[in-house]
Amino acid sequence: MSQLFEYLYVIAIAFFAISIRGLSEVRTSRYGNWLAAAGMTVAIGATLTAYAIQRIDLLVIAVVVGAIVGAPIALRVPMTAVPQRTAVSHAFGSLAVALIGTAEYYQRLPGIDVYTMTVLTAEMILGYLTFMGSCIAFAKLQGLIPGKPFVYGGRNFVSLSVLGVAIILGIYLIANPTQSFILPIMAVFAILFGLLLVMAIGGADMPTVIAILNSYAGMSAAALGFVLNNQVLIVAGALDGSSGFILALIMSKAMNRSFTNVLFGGVGAVVAAPVAGSATAAGRTAAAYTVDDVATILDNARSVVFVPGYGMAVAQAQHVVKEIADMLEAKGIDVKYGIHPVAGRMPGHMNVLLAEAQVPYDQLWEMDRINPLFPETDVVIVVGANDVTNPAARTRPDSPLFGMPILNVDKAKTVVFVKRSMSPGFAGVENELFYLPNTMMVFGDAKKVLADLVASLKKQ
Amino acid sequence: MIAIPNDVALNLIIFFLATFLGIELVRHVSRLLHTPLMALTNAISSVSIVAALIVLSDPKNDLVLLLVTVAIALVFTNIVSGFLITERILRLFRKRKDKK
Repeated sequence: MSQLFEYLYVIAIAFFAISIRGLSEVRTSRYGNWLAAAGMTVAIGATLTAYAIQRIDLLVIAVVVGAIVGAPIALRVPMTAVPQRTAVSHAFGSLAVALIGTAEYYQRLPGIDVYTMTVLTAEMILGYLTFMGSCIAFAKLQGLIPGKPFVYGGRNFVSLSVLGVAIILGIYLIANPTQSFILPIMAVFAILFGLLLVMAIGGADMPTVIAILNSYAGMSAAALGFVLNNQVLIVAGALDGSSGFILALIMSKAMNRSFTNVLFGGVGAVVAAPVAGSATAAGRTAAAYTVDDVATILDNARSVVFVPGYGMAVAQAQHVVKEIADMLEAKGIDVKYGIHPVAGRMPGHMNVLLAEAQVPYDQLWEMDRINPLFPETDVVIVVGANDVTNPAARTRPDSPLFGMPILNVDKAKTVVFVKRSMSPGFAGVENELFYLPNTMMVFGDAKKVLADLVASLKKQ
Repeated sequence: MIAIPNDVALNLIIFFLATFLGIELVRHVSRLLHTPLMALTNAISSVSIVAALIVLSDPKNDLVLLLVTVAIALVFTNIVSGFLITERILRLFRKRKDKK
């Protein structure tokens, strides 16, 4: 016979699934979130009624600590730092699952069967490596350590050997569950693998990496559900895991790269830099313009598309972008925003920043919808994006970017490219766009340049 | 032979169906909302707190107690911050105000 709390779990599961459905539209999204929160409350409440907690004092302390840490994170974090917050939540979630798995191991110690031990071991390795990987992702996003990939000869051999040791220790532990001294050593190797894995990945690959870590965190939660024969956990973990997987798929597709290439390719390292750029740069000059030139062009424009990238987030330029958009719209100019899937540091990053600047979401156009419109667009303003606009991805088979879907901004009548310097983008490839006759380069900090542009537009 | 509990096949079915459901649901999520989606699914997977609570109902020794208490603090942080930040992000999205 099923007990009451198990029926309540069914309700929680239904709420979780419907909540994700809610995100299919902006209109219903907030109900979705509340429904998921309700599902969580039901699941926790059902568990508390079914199991008598022995140490309420510890529970209260843990919950209070969680609330004190969690609430300010959620309420104070600036929107530009949401990728970091996400990395932290993956770290916390996967560490928690790993610790619960570890606790479950000690709890069942002498009489632990092979099946349980196998799932537990896999769950712990996945949990601990995701924890450390997410910590490194956080450190890179926060700028605590350089965002550049840490690469050296034979690094994949070293990383995979470390993972191999963790797995061998795991197998030994499965065969000899009472040898509990193995567990911490195994955990250390899993943690070390997580560190090596993400250290070797560069900043611009973070959208994919965050999504993969998201998927791992979900999978380890689902594995824990198998150990405990707990279906809420299996379903919630599977939802989280598949969501991360789909996002990672979308991200790597938008970069025309495989997961393996993202995880082990080390793109963006010095090694990737040579050939393509040097040949094209020779004998060509990019034309630099002033904001007054841009203001004149804009004055005659009828349609303008902004293309934001990570540089906009770094410069916190989203508000001044919106200010310019408002001025243009007041003149009757049509304004849109073209969003590349991997723009920024996590899936959907640019949408959130522009929404924060009060850009209405119906002006945010994704790549496939905006690309056909570029030939009829008068002015494209690129703010802080680079590789995702490089026409070499379409035209030069020798370019490392070749084959990557890009925003075809070069087809617009005029491209205004706001950039600090002529330095190449993440992939180490020079942007062909700089040298096209219809491109106007404006050098300087994005926020400053755009603020000057506002002033210049006001003069007219 | 390794003894596999009877529930495993059933749990695998649940897992695969939930994975397919997840894939279908996420496919239909608006591309605008991929960031809050990640925040939301992360909060949902924090239901692992349930596992910690069950262990806390009958902890075997102090080590288990310590591990589980730390886990609850971590996962409750995610629950609180996950739902709050999702709400905060979703509130930013708004329709164009009707002009003129």
